[in-house]
Amino acid sequence: MSVTLNDEPLLNVSGLTKYYGGRIGCQDVVFQLWPGEVLAIVGESGSGKTTLLNCLSTRLPPSTGVIEYRMRDGSMRNLYQLSEAERRFLMRTDWGFVHQHAADGLRMTVSAGANVGERLMAVGDRHYGKIRATAADWLGRVEISEDRIDDDPRSFSGGMRQRLQIARNLVTKPRLVFMDEPTGGLDVSVQARLLDLLRQLVADMGLAVIIVTHDLAVARLLSHRIMVMKDGLVIESGLTDQVLDDPREPYTQLLVSSILQV
Amino acid sequence: MSVETTSNLEQEYNFAYLDEQTKRMIRRAILKAIAIPGYQVPFASREMPMPYGWGTGGVQVTAAILGKADCLKMIDQGSDDTTNAVSLRGFFEKTAGVATTFKTQEASIIQTRHRIPETPLREDQIIVFQVPIPEPLRFLEPRETETRKMHALEDYGLMHVKLYEDIAKNGRIATTYAYPVKVAGRYLMDPSPTPKFDNPKIDRMAALQLYGAGREKRIYAVPPYTGVRSLDFEDHPFEIQSFDKPCGLCGAEGVYLDEVILDDEGGRLFVCSDTDHCEERRAAGHTGPMAADPAASQLSKGSSDAEDTVQ
Amino acid sequence: MTVRLYLNGVAKTFTMHLQNGIRIPVVSNVDFSVAAGECAVLGGPSGAGKSSILKMVYGNYRCEEGQILVTVGDRIINIAGAEPRRILSLRRDTIGYVSQFLRVIPRVSAVDVVAEPLIAQGADAAQAAGKAKDLLARLNVPERLWSLPPATFSGGEQQRVNIARGFIADYALLLLDEPTASLDAANRAVVVSLVDEKKKQGVAMLGILHDLDVRERIADRIIDVTDFQVTAA
Repeated sequence: MSVTLNDEPLLNVSGLTKYYGGRIGCQDVVFQLWPGEVLAIVGESGSGKTTLLNCLSTRLPPSTGVIEYRMRDGSMRNLYQLSEAERRFLMRTDWGFVHQHAADGLRMTVSAGANVGERLMAVGDRHYGKIRATAADWLGRVEISEDRIDDDPRSFSGGMRQRLQIARNLVTKPRLVFMDEPTGGLDVSVQARLLDLLRQLVADMGLAVIIVTHDLAVARLLSHRIMVMKDGLVIESGLTDQVLDDPREPYTQLLVSSILQV
Repeated sequence: MSVETTSNLEQEYNFAYLDEQTKRMIRRAILKAIAIPGYQVPFASREMPMPYGWGTGGVQVTAAILGKADCLKMIDQGSDDTTNAVSLRGFFEKTAGVATTFKTQEASIIQTRHRIPETPLREDQIIVFQVPIPEPLRFLEPRETETRKMHALEDYGLMHVKLYEDIAKNGRIATTYAYPVKVAGRYLMDPSPTPKFDNPKIDRMAALQLYGAGREKRIYAVPPYTGVRSLDFEDHPFEIQSFDKPCGLCGAEGVYLDEVILDDEGGRLFVCSDTDHCEERRAAGHTGPMAADPAASQLSKGSSDAEDTVQ
Repeated sequence: MTVRLYLNGVAKTFTMHLQNGIRIPVVSNVDFSVAAGECAVLGGPSGAGKSSILKMVYGNYRCEEGQILVTVGDRIINIAGAEPRRILSLRRDTIGYVSQFLRVIPRVSAVDVVAEPLIAQGADAAQAAGKAKDLLARLNVPERLWSLPPATFSGGEQQRVNIARGFIADYALLLLDEPTASLDAANRAVVVSLVDEKKKQGVAMLGILHDLDVRERIADRIIDVTDFQVTAA
């Protein structure tokens, strides 16, 4: 895990609030994310972490607040003032989104190779041989045997599907990846392998990641920083090992004490 | 084409079956479609006295543009005398009383299912396509809201995913009909289930192309002389089917051929899919290698018999 | 001598919210400094707060009161209250931590585990691997293990891998958290010589060492933590 002291944040979030009618989804969230930084958002179900992730990734417009993102040209843009075309371009080039359920992030009826190649084709790659070679390379990087390139993900195990989803997202070398419980629902041994793979890819590619998880071990392994959410509020944030080893808030202490050794 | 409001032939129907307000509505959709080449314009498709899948979209478009002076040709898979073509031609003879023809050259409006005539069309002709599923992205993206956004944003990478799958599974682009095209460098379009053999014909075609999808309630158009490019990969360029034999009856090469089984002993014949083209050639004295075969001559005779019944 | 680390009025209290908010004061008025090339060892009985002080310096525990100042080049940075990415950059470039426990990273070979901190500082991967092998050899980790992930190693082997990892990079400040516990005499001697080399390079070190023999050989100064103990309020 490495973080450079680049003085320009990649993401600048201020006063982010989402109401569902009268109910609070998340409230007054403020933070900055720097290139190469992995931020874990932890909390139990209903704490607002997924709402926050969806707001950040422009999948759910917030009620109030501003999210600014540093585009590849260096300009800082308000995400909710981007045109739909700009937003989509961002989502399929500079960003990734890894869903908890691989079926939400994959095209289940097309081959693994096409799943990985889709983003390349979306940005204009028109050479079949090169697209296929890149897809094969990425399957290798996520430890899927190259001879599965023409199989569709319905024939893949849960862990393989998740790894395929990761390859599909990373093929355009994004700078920011959102992950929603990427190891949820997987067997423990499969989880460990996936986490290890993620850790390596994140470090090798210098990705900035915002990962939502209720699993503090995942947060510990992957993230530099952590935000603890409860009832829609960020109640504690800081360096991951500091928050987990020296939790300050009552709720964080409860969370940390509720788990086995992490 | 001229606009007619009454029919003295079949008093029980308005001219060309549809009422005038409906025709106006459809014409507006057609004009919009022409203005935005390849863009699918929604229209209030009517119930027609035939089932969906029989060309209700094409029939409504034809009805909206048909005038009394028009001469209509109706083809189904290249042939004028198959059930669909016969029925729809009969429909317009009965409801509009317009002249009909088998001859591509004579027609001012040609409604077609799955083929484009081999004879190049002219500026004074209009070709109307029957379209079952107008959305080329539909098989990959089931949500209409999403496909419309993709069109709006020219977000067409997904179409190449399908072509990629073709090559991955078959070693080449195996899509042989309804082969996706990009119109005027902008909209992705399904050229209806015509064989890709016909795709080069719709590129810079002199005639106006109108496409109607009745069940899906969409009309789209390609104005005359509009560039239409078939999608492909740099290393797998678009290719049309080629046939290693000429037409068995008229000897034509470079045309689309249908395979016809002649007997129970495996005898087969490849003949022009465009029956009018084949007959014109034979009338002009061309003969193919199988023209003398008794079974084949039976086939060609059957075709001209059908013509007799129409006259 | 240049001061590398200076703790000024540092205090630490834990509030245990799950036990009715009981407050456990650990240390207060912590005041000492460590100079370049010096090894200072925290002394005092278990529970006196040695480990808490070390963890505060590393940013692992929060420091709510006082300052923890580290010299980085010609700048002085206060770890207490530094933002996370500042602490992370200090950990990469300035402050190393040698502990007894290896946080095992699955599927990464021992050589790569050891070389990682040096590579993070920008060293060439091949050079870092070479230095990692030298260190593993010095610490008597059998060569056949070098290319294997340490997850399956014995406790002592894992510990030596971690010591190698702690010593490989060029930090201005090294924190030693019982680096010799349960090592045999030969390996203890290796650690002593590693510490001596770091001293010669001008590295400031702050450690916790219960092993009296090693302590005598490497400590330039003992800082008695009982001086900072909080008298019951």
